[in-house]
Amino acid sequence: MSETASEHEHVGSTSLFVWVWIALIALTFFEVFLAYMDIKKEIMLVVLMGGSIIKAALIMAYFMHLKFERLTLVLTLVPAMVICLSLLMIFFPDSIRAHDLRMLLK
Amino acid sequence: MEQVTTDGVAERGLASSDWAGGTLPYHIGHKKLGMWLFILSDSLTFGALLVGYSYVRVASQNWPTPFPFSPSIVFSTVMTLCLLSSSLTMVMAVAASKKRDLAAARKWLFGTMLGGGAFIVLHLIEWNHLIGEGLRPFLLPEEWAQKWPGASPLFGSTFFAITGLHMFHVFSGLIYLGVIAMRIKKVTDEDVEISGLYWHFVDLVWMFVFPLIYLLSVDYKP
Repeated sequence: MSETASEHEHVGSTSLFVWVWIALIALTFFEVFLAYMDIKKEIMLVVLMGGSIIKAALIMAYFMHLKFERLTLVLTLVPAMVICLSLLMIFFPDSIRAHDLRMLLK
Repeated sequence: MEQVTTDGVAERGLASSDWAGGTLPYHIGHKKLGMWLFILSDSLTFGALLVGYSYVRVASQNWPTPFPFSPSIVFSTVMTLCLLSSSLTMVMAVAASKKRDLAAARKWLFGTMLGGGAFIVLHLIEWNHLIGEGLRPFLLPEEWAQKWPGASPLFGSTFFAITGLHMFHVFSGLIYLGVIAMRIKKVTDEDVEISGLYWHFVDLVWMFVFPLIYLLSVDYKP
């Protein structure tokens, strides 16, 4: 028990992290560019959220070192996070009903 | 590579002895696991706020899209770049700390704080601009109410609540990193890594706040 994570080998080179940073910057500029494109809001939302999920995955995997941790830790954290966040969405379709109701009463 | 168990078991996959006691099954210290669990719970806080915001927005008859390219989108994009760059400097601080190059670790930590500080300053300027226009938590500016008839007054409350809570996290992170930087000779490299986990999480949350709050509300008609 005396040995802990401080003895973990530090994984990942500087160039790898710089490449991840460049990818994150590029995705950010792509998102800003997309915001000024003449496309449907629903499609824009899906693409923007897709970009954000990729960015979040890159940050967690490389900057937060999750890619270099034990699989048991990843399996403990990530599915719990994804399932709980997905469950938050369970009442979301009701917003469309509320919107339609508002438009009917208008 | 990993030599954590007391009985000499060293493998990257699941080892039965990991769960038999006397070892750290995740191969990380309890402080780092604690930070991960905090991040898990905090992600649910922000998730709930962003889902609530999306619900209110979709359910509304109309929703303001008030952010002009300059200053709002330019500022928020630069703020994003500040946070992303501060995450890179944080990675450098952790790497320097692992090598016990404490002077370099402190330098990178100060660089990270500079990025976080720039984020807060730019965000406060943006807030001041919107408050100057007349935006309040439960009240839209008169001009907006005419431009977007029937728009929900909850725009202000969702905007200030989400960006405010995030800004509070950045501010807390600055204090946390400041304490770590000042005590760099006393703290372990794992402590620096744990502070990095918090900082990267703050960056990660912004990756969702930025498109949902700003980019989906640009004032642009093709």
